[in-house]
Amino acid sequence: MTTPTLTPIVPGAPAPIELTASTLRWRRLRRNKALLAGGGILFVIVMIALLAPWISPHDPYFQDLAYRTAPPVWYAKGTWLHPLGTDQLGRDYLSRLFYGARISLLIGISVALISGLIGTAMGMAAGYFGGKVDMAVSFLITTRLSMPVILVALATVAIVGGSLWVVILVLGFLKWDRYAVVMRSATQQVRSLEYVAAAQAAGASTWRIVWGEVLPNVVPQLIVIATLEAASAILLEASLSFLGLGVQPPLPSWGLMISEAKAYMFFSFWLIAIPGSALALLIFAINLAGDGLHQLLTPEERA
Amino acid sequence: MADKEIVLDVQGLTVDIATPRGALHAVRDVSFQVKRGETLCLVGESGCGKSMTSLAIMGLLPKAAKRTTRRLSVLGEDLSAARGRRINALRGSKMAMIFQEPMTALNPAYAIGEQLTEHYIHHRHASAQQARDRAVELLEKVGIASAGQRLTQYPHQLSGGLRQRVMIAMALMCGPELLIADEPSTALDVTIQAQILRLLADLQAELGIAMVLITHDLGVVARIAQQVAVMYAGQIVEEGPVEDIFATPRHPYTQGLLGCIPVPGRTPPGESLGTIPGVVPSLVGDLRGCAFADRCRYVQPQCRDTIPVYGHPPEQQWRCIRQEEGVTA
Amino acid sequence: MLYFTIRRLGLAALVALTVSVLAFLLLHLSGDPALALAGEGARQADIDMIRKTYGLDRPLVVQYADWLWHILQGDFGTSVYFKTEAGPLILSKLKTTLLLGMGALAFALLISIPLGVLAAIYKGSAIDRLCLAIAVLGQALPNFFFALILIMLFSISLRILPVSGSGTWQHFVMPAVALGYYVAPAFMRLIRAGMIEVLGADYIRTARAKGLPARKIIFKHALRNAIVPVVALAAVQLGYLLGGSVVIETIFALDGLGYLAYQSITYKDYPVMQLIVLLLSVLYVLLTLAADIANAWLDPRIRVS
Repeated sequence: MTTPTLTPIVPGAPAPIELTASTLRWRRLRRNKALLAGGGILFVIVMIALLAPWISPHDPYFQDLAYRTAPPVWYAKGTWLHPLGTDQLGRDYLSRLFYGARISLLIGISVALISGLIGTAMGMAAGYFGGKVDMAVSFLITTRLSMPVILVALATVAIVGGSLWVVILVLGFLKWDRYAVVMRSATQQVRSLEYVAAAQAAGASTWRIVWGEVLPNVVPQLIVIATLEAASAILLEASLSFLGLGVQPPLPSWGLMISEAKAYMFFSFWLIAIPGSALALLIFAINLAGDGLHQLLTPEERA
Repeated sequence: MADKEIVLDVQGLTVDIATPRGALHAVRDVSFQVKRGETLCLVGESGCGKSMTSLAIMGLLPKAAKRTTRRLSVLGEDLSAARGRRINALRGSKMAMIFQEPMTALNPAYAIGEQLTEHYIHHRHASAQQARDRAVELLEKVGIASAGQRLTQYPHQLSGGLRQRVMIAMALMCGPELLIADEPSTALDVTIQAQILRLLADLQAELGIAMVLITHDLGVVARIAQQVAVMYAGQIVEEGPVEDIFATPRHPYTQGLLGCIPVPGRTPPGESLGTIPGVVPSLVGDLRGCAFADRCRYVQPQCRDTIPVYGHPPEQQWRCIRQEEGVTA
Repeated sequence: MLYFTIRRLGLAALVALTVSVLAFLLLHLSGDPALALAGEGARQADIDMIRKTYGLDRPLVVQYADWLWHILQGDFGTSVYFKTEAGPLILSKLKTTLLLGMGALAFALLISIPLGVLAAIYKGSAIDRLCLAIAVLGQALPNFFFALILIMLFSISLRILPVSGSGTWQHFVMPAVALGYYVAPAFMRLIRAGMIEVLGADYIRTARAKGLPARKIIFKHALRNAIVPVVALAAVQLGYLLGGSVVIETIFALDGLGYLAYQSITYKDYPVMQLIVLLLSVLYVLLTLAADIANAWLDPRIRVS
């Protein structure tokens, strides 16, 4: 269908804009401050993480023993050689900060993906097949919810040994519950809609129905959950590393940096404040973007 | 007939609601008076502004609505500029209101005894026991048996008709002189409707309350009201004693409304009932002329200008350029 | 109601059982308990002897059944690190963690209820946006970072609160705040949403028409209905707080369940680890059951029928 041309009512006035669907979407996006702000900050952090090897002034593992626990440049004894100072082993903090972003983002994305796959599959199976499958999955969800996540993660890492990939796998295999719960109810809702029954009547296979009808409808919710789970995973890894049972030194995980700096915090608080603020900023950006996404994808709730 | 005291005097009431597309004029220059012991019915279809009028009088308008009025006096006291505290002191004590949906108008978390007595205790500084006695007295007056036991029951344990009776008792607790009832019987079964209306009429006769009753049902008007004001598109288009309006409706809208009702003995069998063609106009933005013009069979070019009001209270008045049947200005 | 409770208790038992199986498998499959018990540098002969003594050479199913049998009889095993009975050990630490958890919950509710009510009443205004901003910021701060900031501020700079230990109530203030602030935003959002919905209800209009003062309408009529989901969430969050207190307890040297868990993990004290996981999951299921019961109790439509 061709869009009719719009002639101005008053001669001489500029022609009115065509309000196509994509124009409306773009306008909504521009007004969605949460998504823009959060997304903007996230973009900067991702860029920093990607470009870390090129923008870091030093090697994050190099111990410059002449400059141990040097303060950031805005202190009296600070130097531009190490703009954010150094830690107790003389490693440049700015470089470690940049490289730490890689770790956090890697954790967030990987865990969100792994747990997302597991949880989505379980939730959709439960919602679509109902009956015994639903009972089994619901039982598994309840069981998982009653496990203290951080303790189980700690125990597993303690036994298997701490490393980046162990943390990712452990968290990925533990944090699927929210996906499962939401996917289950979303699938149930979609399944009860008429066009699914129509598709079934037309002989479409289960798999096709799931892919074609159910999945597109739940993707918006999935994305919102994924952002929340990523943020939560980043915080969990930071906690694990802080306790010494996460990423192992000398990797520049922000949580590990805070843990290593604990002993020096009374005299060199920036050693804690810098990675801590970085963590807070990252989580804040993710949550903000997630909120904005949520607003964008569920218009009725723009209260 | 001795001049009865005017309990409610509304002059020039206007309610504007801010919307993204401009100001919505929900109520436009509405004026009427209600005397002691008298019932005025506000009649009109959905969206004509009758509910807004009642909420404006009680000061219960939503935040987006702005009320302006030349005069709004209850028992002689002008409330148009009164502050919230004064209105709060009068609400529930001197002026009371009952609403359309008894199923949702009561708090499901508290027993009805608690909801009946709380404002009585607040306004009259009464004791709990005094309030309970009064509640039992009123529950019996509205026709609820075993009133004492009812006090500890919860709203979900009562039927719709019972709940509405409880609402009426609740409204009467502090002895109000003005009662506003917004479609009190609409949401109830037909058999219960008649009971509730008769109850209201009886209570009014006994207690001498001035009542404003809002309805869209002309049958209710005929049954219970002495005065009626017909509202259309935010304005009162015709007003006067019920008998006069029903016998000789002057405004074309009123005529149309009455034509929609089958009258036993008068309406020939098999004949189609009248309808009013067209739809209610939008109330947003600048409004000029008669709001009914697009649907009126007598419409003239002059109908787009300001419309005069003929007649004066307490007799019949109407807002139209046509003075009498068949005569154009 | 009774039938419902019994069913839920049965489910609780089943869940606890499953969790115990999972914990058992986790501990015994991902490492060699005998090796861990023997410690580093032990000789093969020692390891074999330990294996025999603790019955670690039997099939896993047998070991689990044995453990379960002992648990049901009240024999909770012995801590290999503390060399004392595991049951009383854990119980003695539970008290501290319970205090901490409830303090954290109380703090969370203390700030979230007023903020949530305010945000709902002034919905859409600057106050509302400020409350939401506080919520988002609150959830971005990692709790250990916040704890360290609190310590710097209140113990070092201002010197009004003690850093570590669990002697007096002051020792619990910072830990409770550091643990509880993270769950506050969830409550705040719930209360805000609930209040917004309730404030638009017909019975609120009735209350206003009766001339009741605003304070009474908000707290007696509105909040009473809006708070129902909060009670359920509080029970669930308490479970999460109890299980998630390990970091806070470690920072503030509080001798509670979380710190014990950390120690038992570090020292490979398997019996204690298993017992803690079992205990926490039982607590969690019981708390969710309590939440459901509270939900039903608070709604007269269910309670009185």
